[in-house]
Amino acid sequence: MQHEASIREPLILGNKTYQQITDDVLAPIVGPAPRGWKILITISSLVALYGIGCILYLIGTGVGVWGLNKTVGWAWDITNFVWWVGIGHAGTLISAVLLLFRQKWRMAINRSAEAMTIFAVIMAATFPGIHMGRLWLGYWVLPLPNQFGSLWVNFNSPLLWDVFAISTYFSVSLVFWYIGLIPDFATIRDRVTGSWQKKIYGVLSFGWSGRAKHWNRFEEVSLVLAGIATPLVFSVHSIVSMDFATSVIPGWHTTIFPPYFVSGAVFSGFAMVQTLMLVMRKTMNLKDYIHVRHVEYMNIVIIVTGSIVGVAYLTELFISWYSGVEYESYAFINRFSGPYALSYWTMMTCNVISPQLFWIKKIRRSLVATFILSIVVNIGMWFERYVIIVTSLHRDYNPSSWGEFNATSMDVGVFIGTLGIFLTLFLLFTRFFPVLALNELKSILKSSGDSQKQAALKESK
Amino acid sequence: MVTSKVLHVMYDDDSKLLDAASKLVAQGIHINDVYSPFPVHGIDPVIGIKRTRLAIVSFMFAMTGTSLALLGLWYFMISDWPMNIGGKPSFSLWENIPAFVPVIFEFSVLCAAHGMALTYLLRNGTLPGMPATNPDPRTTDNMFVIEMLDSENEMSAEELEAAASKTSPFEMSTKQYEA
Repeated sequence: MQHEASIREPLILGNKTYQQITDDVLAPIVGPAPRGWKILITISSLVALYGIGCILYLIGTGVGVWGLNKTVGWAWDITNFVWWVGIGHAGTLISAVLLLFRQKWRMAINRSAEAMTIFAVIMAATFPGIHMGRLWLGYWVLPLPNQFGSLWVNFNSPLLWDVFAISTYFSVSLVFWYIGLIPDFATIRDRVTGSWQKKIYGVLSFGWSGRAKHWNRFEEVSLVLAGIATPLVFSVHSIVSMDFATSVIPGWHTTIFPPYFVSGAVFSGFAMVQTLMLVMRKTMNLKDYIHVRHVEYMNIVIIVTGSIVGVAYLTELFISWYSGVEYESYAFINRFSGPYALSYWTMMTCNVISPQLFWIKKIRRSLVATFILSIVVNIGMWFERYVIIVTSLHRDYNPSSWGEFNATSMDVGVFIGTLGIFLTLFLLFTRFFPVLALNELKSILKSSGDSQKQAALKESK
Repeated sequence: MVTSKVLHVMYDDDSKLLDAASKLVAQGIHINDVYSPFPVHGIDPVIGIKRTRLAIVSFMFAMTGTSLALLGLWYFMISDWPMNIGGKPSFSLWENIPAFVPVIFEFSVLCAAHGMALTYLLRNGTLPGMPATNPDPRTTDNMFVIEMLDSENEMSAEELEAAASKTSPFEMSTKQYEA
């Protein structure tokens, strides 16, 4: 049995029982869809359809419909890829790292954060896929025996490491998520009345019956998966950063990249979790489970990672001067005063200054302020990747090959489209899946439920 | 075919279940299984469940992954088609290993996670389309059930019922089944 000081703020508000938790989490699944949900899914699926249209047009016509040129061969596509992968880091971090640290507050948010991870990684993987131009040859990135002679993929290249890292991360996150979902699907199976619903949730729940031995194995599997997913999270974004850091482009070729990228990823991932969670708690009526205490803890993580990112920006800037390498110095002078200076200063404002507002307790515990700042951080993190990629590429060693990148409507369309697809998937998840790890929540009800704590306090007096 | 009886004793709280299980076991009764909506900590030693060996399985899968990755990388990059990249030719696996670490790591994690997850599902018998075997649908919601078989106990079903009724259960039921 868990113990927690009775004066500590409870994690589950209101007078809840085990049954009440089931009722609350199952309400959106068994009941009619809330109005807010219907409006949101209509908008997001229209945007998604537009995005799919843009992607089909891109595949049909060629990558030339983007604003890329021979100087800037990577721009919005890889910016979006890194941005989405970064967002995809929060889910596994919340469920794996916080599980290892035995943080009970993760239980209200881990399920939906993991879902967010999976959808974000799908969106991320779309970009290198469509950037290939010939998507149907995508399987060439795998080491398969082939008819071109003994031609293997190059295992010395970080781009190939990324293939392994992203696919491992995606599939392991999926397994981790699904194993946690099985017992909750069983709860839905035993609750729903419609015969089709019963059948579908019956198949999804794999015949889970909640035997003591199965729970024993369940906990071990969760713990070991968390143990191996933790280094996996760090490795994935480190490898993404090496896509840049192992090349000799000024502004990319730095050893600071892996930790800098990982903290940036956690930073933006938590911001996206905040955005989605605050909408979800309102539309799905989960205010007793996701509340100020959760939001405050996540904001603290945002301050920490945001400050690491800030320090990394300043370190980069200092080293570019201190190194004495003129190409390196110019890359950074160009960043803050060149044609893309606006992006640089947007990035600085959104990522370095805005999260520092969370030092003020009132702001940290305000849901409205958190919602606004979480969006600001995500905008900032998108610009960070844009700044790193485009400003470094557009002016490198040889001024005669300098160029500029301007986004086309297809750059914008594909990006907005992935936002729509992502949101549509997430909304479908909130309607048909248990959005909270309901059975895990029951295990902390006695130690961290509001009425249970009140009772314990009364008893001690 | 022998018919025997199965007894399901239901409790509405996890601490009541724990108390009852300890009391029953103290009387020498063998508890066949416990069904609960979430893991009840402390029940495993009472009803004689040992710690699972899944972690060891996971380690073995990880080592398999590491070996396969090493073998594959040696074949692709060293033996079958060695490449000379930027004047750094691939002479031996050992000299090239730093560049291979990320892929070896990822592949080991891939094998460990999926191997363990599959073993877990197979050992549990929880697979797509399997029928649910919990005695009451409420056990995945808010109820906790102790299952006892008269065939596994020296007591008769009636004696087991009498012992269980002293543990203040929420509900009790006895069913016949064919062993």
